[in-house]
Amino acid sequence: MSSLAGVASAVTAEVQEGEALFQNACSSCHGPDGRGTDLGPPILDAGAAGADFMLSTGRMPLDDPHRQPIRKPPAFNSEQISQIAAYVASLGDGPEIPDVDVDEGEVALGQQLYSENCAACHSSAGAGGAVGAGLEAPALNRSTPVEVVEAMRIGPGAMPVFQEETLSKHDADSIASYLVYLREVPDPGGLGMRRIGPIAEGAVAWIAGIGLFVLICRFVGEKE
Amino acid sequence: MIVQKTVRFLDERLRISGFSKKTLRRIFPDHWSFLLGEIALYLFLILIGTGIFLTFFYSPSAREVIYSGSYEPLRGTHMSQAYESMLNISFEVRSGLVMRQIHHWAALLFLAVLVVHMLRVFFTGAFRKPRELNWIIGLTLLTLGLLAGFSGYSLPDDLLSGTGLRIGYSVALSIPVVGTWLAFLVFGGEFPFGNILSRLYVIHILIIPGAIGLLLALHLAMVWRQKHTQFPGPMRTEQKIVGTRMWPTYAVKAGALFFLTGATVTLLAGLFQINPVWIYGPFDPAKVSAGAQPDWYLGWLEGALRLMPPWEVRAFGFTIPNPFFPGLLIPGLTFNILYAWPWIEAKFTKDKQPHNLLNRPRDVPVRTALGVAGLAFYTVLFVAGGNDVIAGLFNLPLERVTQGLQVMALALPVVAGIATYKICKELKGRTPKTGHEHGHVIVRTAEGVYETVEPEKV
Repeated sequence: MSSLAGVASAVTAEVQEGEALFQNACSSCHGPDGRGTDLGPPILDAGAAGADFMLSTGRMPLDDPHRQPIRKPPAFNSEQISQIAAYVASLGDGPEIPDVDVDEGEVALGQQLYSENCAACHSSAGAGGAVGAGLEAPALNRSTPVEVVEAMRIGPGAMPVFQEETLSKHDADSIASYLVYLREVPDPGGLGMRRIGPIAEGAVAWIAGIGLFVLICRFVGEKE
Repeated sequence: MIVQKTVRFLDERLRISGFSKKTLRRIFPDHWSFLLGEIALYLFLILIGTGIFLTFFYSPSAREVIYSGSYEPLRGTHMSQAYESMLNISFEVRSGLVMRQIHHWAALLFLAVLVVHMLRVFFTGAFRKPRELNWIIGLTLLTLGLLAGFSGYSLPDDLLSGTGLRIGYSVALSIPVVGTWLAFLVFGGEFPFGNILSRLYVIHILIIPGAIGLLLALHLAMVWRQKHTQFPGPMRTEQKIVGTRMWPTYAVKAGALFFLTGATVTLLAGLFQINPVWIYGPFDPAKVSAGAQPDWYLGWLEGALRLMPPWEVRAFGFTIPNPFFPGLLIPGLTFNILYAWPWIEAKFTKDKQPHNLLNRPRDVPVRTALGVAGLAFYTVLFVAGGNDVIAGLFNLPLERVTQGLQVMALALPVVAGIATYKICKELKGRTPKTGHEHGHVIVRTAEGVYETVEPEKV
């Protein structure tokens, strides 16, 4: 009985710590009660997943509320992040921080699901891309498996939400494991050039290739 | 000893000595920029060599198979046999990946060198009478090179190549009146196509290389017959060529150039990964990847499609589909103007004389300015082909990048042309310091015979 009460009070304490941090760093845009203001959307149903994603990728807090949040070093340590996440989770009915087992995923299934659902914006290689209206699908080379699955569940920014009915836990694990594979397996053909494809290849052809050819021609031929 | 016997054996039967003597003593004008076309020739040979290797392992079949090779993320995936054979070349066939990479890098460089060579010929006026026909052959070689590139890019049947074919098909459809029929004729039916790979394969490995080989031979034969142009210089006149002999100097230099060309391509192929088809995955008409781009030489067409405002034009009761203008009208006009250029220029300059001496670009300000203006236009189109990558790289809104490039496509050619004209006018009077000169001199005698003499005797 007393231990249960202890757990409950610890949870309450975490939420209270989180609330203090929230009032300090987040409430100016999202409102003191998370209902949103002119500068920021309501986050009542963002859930622990939403708060954890935004804070652990450094997207929040945001310097300029009119720009798309981009990845940067997080402003809070992991303890503070879980405190704020606990507070945001207490506000409404949002998704929890997902439980991701990369080893449970199937890389081949992940490849298929990724190319069906993700590649159109994030590119086949996970290099990211512009999606219009000033927005950008970020590169996925630094996202942790948990962040990848959180993004599916909450749909940050212009990204659609992929709930468990669309992509099951196993599907999500598989996509995360494919992304880990893409990141960790070296490029067999040499330097990958950030895997942005024919643009980078054309630049190398013109700068390195034609550059070398001109030097060679001047070496072999008459210069005058 | 053996050489002597062999030569005698051949000479007694084929009577080659007279011809060979003339050939070996022939003199070529020497300037580093004349070697660019030669590099294109060597790249073509490298493309043929690596291409033959690839044909041993590539299969142009759309038959569906289930992959079971060594690339883990695609194991168990349904794909065409063509794509499977590409994965096998990349992961299973010994030295397959490096051969693929040499082939692809050589293709990118082949077209780049052709363009640079063409610019050299344009800006120095080497296309003028009597060499208009060779200008036409050269342009046809460039067109065939573009087709070779596109057909090769489309063979892997990965997500990128399928996206490229789909764009090509849509552009064909946009031709007024006959578009639908023409697209069906070329692609053999409606998208997604059934047997397009086997068609493209025959075009890529037989028809285009055959045509390039023939025209290349004709191109070189004409250079031989008409003799190479030279820059003006001491003792160089319309009739007298100063340069190096075919044997031994020129032949040794050509050999060195061949090996250095091969070394450059192999270096790039060893250091830089090109077209990782395994990352793109098999083609599926329902899928597309962000950042899908053509290889650089079609970037200007991709850019034209991306910059074209969404206008719909109706004429004679037909809607002219929007892709027709950027996809066909721009390249059509481009190549027609280029083909006609020698005659357009002769008409305006009223110059009907044959020319064996080249212009320095600064001495012909109008041509140089127009050339630079054109180059600026195509460069903007080329950059626009990667508007999404630029937006991502510089963190700019995609729409702003596109609008900015639309303005630049119209404004930059004018600015660049006027600036070039002014600079040429400024430089025109100045003569460069004379370089060192050596070698042999060809003199044309009164009977019309060419003779080689020592420079002092001229």
